[in-house]
Amino acid sequence: MIKILRFLRPYRLQISAVLVLIFLQSMANLYLPNLMADIVDNGIVKHDTNYILRVGGLMLVITVAGTIAAIASSYMASRTAIGFGRILRGQIFAHVQGFSLHEFDSVSTASMITRTTNDTTQVQQVVIIMLQMMISAPMMAIGGIILAVNQDATLSWTLVAIVPIVAIVFFLIMRRAIPLFQVMQKKIDRLNLVLDESLTGVRVIRAFDRSNYESQRFDVANLDLTDTAVTVNRIVAALWPTMMLILNLTTIAIFWFGSIRISNGQMQVGALIAFIQYATQILFALLMVSMMFVILPRAAASADRINEVLAMQPEIKDPEQAQSPKDMHGTVEFREVTFRYPGAEEPALAGISFTASPGKVTAIIGGTGSGKSTLISLIPRFYDVQSGNVLVDGVDVRHIAQHDLRAKIGFVPQRAVLFTGTVNENIRFGKADASDEEVRHAAEVAQAMEFIAEMPDGFDSIIAQGGNNVSGGQKQRLSIARALVRRPEIYVFDDSFSALDFKTDAQLRAALMPEIGDSTVLIVAQRVSTVMDADQIIVLDEGKTVGIGTHHTLMQTCEAYREIVSSQLAAEEIA
Amino acid sequence: MQPQRTQRPGGPMGRGPMGGGPMGGFGMVGAKPKNFRGTLTRLLQYFRPQALALSFVVLAAILSTVFNIIGPKILGFATTRLFQGVVQIYMHVPGAHVDFTYIGNIMLILLGLYLISAIFGYLQQYVMAGVAQRTVYLMRKQVDEKLARLPLKFYDSRTHGEILSRAVNDMDNISNTLQQSLTQLITSVVTIIGVIVLMLTISPILSLVVLITLPLSVVVAAQVAKRSQKYFAGQQRALGELNGHVEEMYTGHKIVKAFGREEESIARFKELNDKYYDSGWRAQFISGIIFPMMNSIGNLGYVFVAVVGGVMVANGSLALGDVQAFIQYARQFSMPITQLASITNTIQLTIASAERVFELLDEPEEILEMPAMPALVAPRGTVQFEHVSFRYKDDTPLIEDMNMEVHPGQTIAIVGPTGAGKTTLVNLLMRFYELNSGKILIDGVDIKEMPRGELRRKFGMVLQDTWLFHGSIRDNIAYGREDASEAEIMQAAKAAYADHFIRTMPENYKTELNEEASNISQGQKQLLTIARAILANPEILILDEATSSVDTRTEVLIQKAMTELMQGRTTFVIAHRLSTIRDADTILVMNHGSIIEQGTHEELLAKHGFYAELYNSQFTGRVLEEELV
Repeated sequence: MIKILRFLRPYRLQISAVLVLIFLQSMANLYLPNLMADIVDNGIVKHDTNYILRVGGLMLVITVAGTIAAIASSYMASRTAIGFGRILRGQIFAHVQGFSLHEFDSVSTASMITRTTNDTTQVQQVVIIMLQMMISAPMMAIGGIILAVNQDATLSWTLVAIVPIVAIVFFLIMRRAIPLFQVMQKKIDRLNLVLDESLTGVRVIRAFDRSNYESQRFDVANLDLTDTAVTVNRIVAALWPTMMLILNLTTIAIFWFGSIRISNGQMQVGALIAFIQYATQILFALLMVSMMFVILPRAAASADRINEVLAMQPEIKDPEQAQSPKDMHGTVEFREVTFRYPGAEEPALAGISFTASPGKVTAIIGGTGSGKSTLISLIPRFYDVQSGNVLVDGVDVRHIAQHDLRAKIGFVPQRAVLFTGTVNENIRFGKADASDEEVRHAAEVAQAMEFIAEMPDGFDSIIAQGGNNVSGGQKQRLSIARALVRRPEIYVFDDSFSALDFKTDAQLRAALMPEIGDSTVLIVAQRVSTVMDADQIIVLDEGKTVGIGTHHTLMQTCEAYREIVSSQLAAEEIA
Repeated sequence: MQPQRTQRPGGPMGRGPMGGGPMGGFGMVGAKPKNFRGTLTRLLQYFRPQALALSFVVLAAILSTVFNIIGPKILGFATTRLFQGVVQIYMHVPGAHVDFTYIGNIMLILLGLYLISAIFGYLQQYVMAGVAQRTVYLMRKQVDEKLARLPLKFYDSRTHGEILSRAVNDMDNISNTLQQSLTQLITSVVTIIGVIVLMLTISPILSLVVLITLPLSVVVAAQVAKRSQKYFAGQQRALGELNGHVEEMYTGHKIVKAFGREEESIARFKELNDKYYDSGWRAQFISGIIFPMMNSIGNLGYVFVAVVGGVMVANGSLALGDVQAFIQYARQFSMPITQLASITNTIQLTIASAERVFELLDEPEEILEMPAMPALVAPRGTVQFEHVSFRYKDDTPLIEDMNMEVHPGQTIAIVGPTGAGKTTLVNLLMRFYELNSGKILIDGVDIKEMPRGELRRKFGMVLQDTWLFHGSIRDNIAYGREDASEAEIMQAAKAAYADHFIRTMPENYKTELNEEASNISQGQKQLLTIARAILANPEILILDEATSSVDTRTEVLIQKAMTELMQGRTTFVIAHRLSTIRDADTILVMNHGSIIEQGTHEELLAKHGFYAELYNSQFTGRVLEEELV
């Protein structure tokens, strides 16, 4: 938690100002009872109306001054806290943008999002509360005690005695409540999970006629949560009345002991009245501080999660001295490449060697987990190899600046990802300065023209977040258009055609061929029909190459390939 | 089907278990309720079974508050007596002393009052915890039961996030308000009224002095509440956009990297972050000053009381203890007003939440079913479509006057480009949706005349978007039949070729599937759903042939398991494999969700229609061409 507060550094000046202002405000609040005591002891006792009015005027001035200080401090505190949030968020986001896929794998994307959004808001909230309320609490407490001692040192012992009592009571109640809050949160999550499952699985549940069973499941979770919630709330129910009782008992004690002292002539009545008010203010301040203990653990957990992200260093960095690749139109070469995911026992790829040449189509086929997607994600250097080399235009990818390397590549992922914005903007994501003509052409080749034309605003139609307003196949075609508009030297299609129906798949591939020209093309596919025409097919099985060649040669030489083909086409159709 | 995680929009002042304190309600933004009174009345209905407990809560809250606020007045007596003694000593009146017996008695009375107040305060919270949570329990249960009765049309026309938000966030709102704001409301009102009454009994003139500040408090509280809501709404909007950008950029991280767009993404983030800062600090500022402002107004009252009271005491028209009591009252006055302003907002939002929940509870349910099950007319597994017409939207017909007869054991292949075709068919067969006209008969009985559960148990579904829940593998298979024995479950797993992989899992059949069922592969999930269907032993099957994302070996297993499952059962299969299609007894050709052609492979080819074209483009590579004609 403290570590993360380093981002407050630019606001040192403002924070000092807030401290001073809050100090002034607290003192203003505390000084009023002091003046009140003067009114009683000097004004009332001596029947001096002028004195009363004079002191009253002073009180008014102090009230106004306190208010101004409060508003000014709130102003600065708000700017500081939200400014802190802005810096924090900006830092995390920029930091995460530099991450390689490995960092994203190690902390899930969902968690990464939560850390950037919810966790920062959580921490920011604590800073706000600290600056607006918490700082004033100890000041009030300490200032109050100082003034109390000033009025009557002996009676102040009652106040000193009360502080540990409040602390102990609070500790006793919270020690039982806080773990239960955590349990309750888990049970809420559990209830949500059950509900979520019954929403996603509604068809299956009804098909199996298991609605009753699901209702029971929900009811068990619901009852469980309710029980805990009741228990927690009953424990916490004691907190406020107990605190109020302590406050009131303190008042009684002060009054009793104060009376004795007054009777002995050691103290004045006005001082006693002031004293009671100090006690009230000090206790309220303590309550505020104790709230901190409730909020802090949660925010500290958020801060830890954020620090974890900030501490992660991207594994993949640009070379110190980047080499510029030779002009080879995007030749991709793998030399004895072995790659292992961090922590994995078996390598995902082992001893892979091949060359994909410009103007040629290289297809990669194999079962799930055979390493196809891993293989091609090495080309844009999403991961670094353990041994061997991946070369693009004759240079090891680790020696090329990432930006330059990726500028050569048009990448189409397995799961199409689109962004909020128009169709136009999504395609131009591939090439920011593409002309309308280029965008249109890319859409045509990607077989996207037809459905774009059917959309209400054509190329200016809005794609919703995550591309939820277009079908899977349409998303994929836009994602292909996005890569095409780049006119890259290297095309990488990661199983990009399986979301398309056979007909569109065939049409797209037919349209693609003349486009590709001198570029190098790598296609990962599941369907044999997609790869049959490739110049070179690489058959992967459990991370190893089990065959390289054309459809015809592989049919004769490669058992694994034949197995794949026969599982997809009935025997008589293979010819 | 991956369970979608919905993020709960945590308000800027996320109301934790401790509540947001007195200002909690200012930071919350939301829609205003449409029918405040109606919804409130309906919400109150929920308390009826607990009317007794609730009246106790109200009574306890009132008593606790009254006993608490009466304190300063009584303490005032002691102060007055003390002061008298002191003044007498000061004026050297003979025999002057402080009357400690009197003061001691007052102290004891106060002790009693405060103790009673604390006890009632505790009891009130204690009982309310039960009342509030039980009420929310009941509402949640109702929502869940309601969801089970809603037609699929409801689910299909809404996102999960929307439904979850009502069942979770809105419910949370209601729960928090019931727990905290309700008693706070009572306490605040009683405090305000009680303090005014007590002040009047002490000194009407001084009361007037304090009450001068009242309109000021109300105006300030209302103004600040209004403004802060406006800024908070802006802040929420900005935060929404900001979080949206983060979500997109993170989920699309690979793409951002691949296309080298990190700079642009950061620039856009900065822009949104600045926007958030702009409205954010304003919202915080406005809501942050409410407390000091009210405090200042309280101080103002305090100063007035001190001066006017001081002068009156000096004149001898008022006792010192009364002034002291007034000072305490003046301080206690601003707090409940602040709270009220905050609570009003909270209650509005809660009523809006309740309204959304009630809307859900009022959704039209599935049409009630026929109670009796007519005798079977046809043998098991017959399916007849008679003049079936169906449309989701009134103006776009999907299926018009469709007729079909399927005999037991026959296979019907559904073919067509990707689209919603198969879902429609499932929807109709299982009566997830109602037909517009015509009827579907299963085993000779109109499905409308069958209890839904009965009808649906006749079907087994093995779809590509497998649905498994968070639980053990065993429980997931046993989902197919409640009373299945362990032996039967393993039998089914064996028949589905799933037994082997299950035994390689750390805890065999007891292995828990995690939340997203990501600890088994897509293919393994399908095997489990097949096992589930085998165990259920349905007479009619709806199958989805595997296409992508399954490795070859598993695919072979799936295919084998499916073929065996299909033996002797009427099967509707969403077909991708040529052999399945050609062997089907009937092919339904679907496009854009409607059935456009129907017949056997040969019949359809001879038609030279959509199917013929599809067939030629899909399944005939150059290699196959010669064989076709």
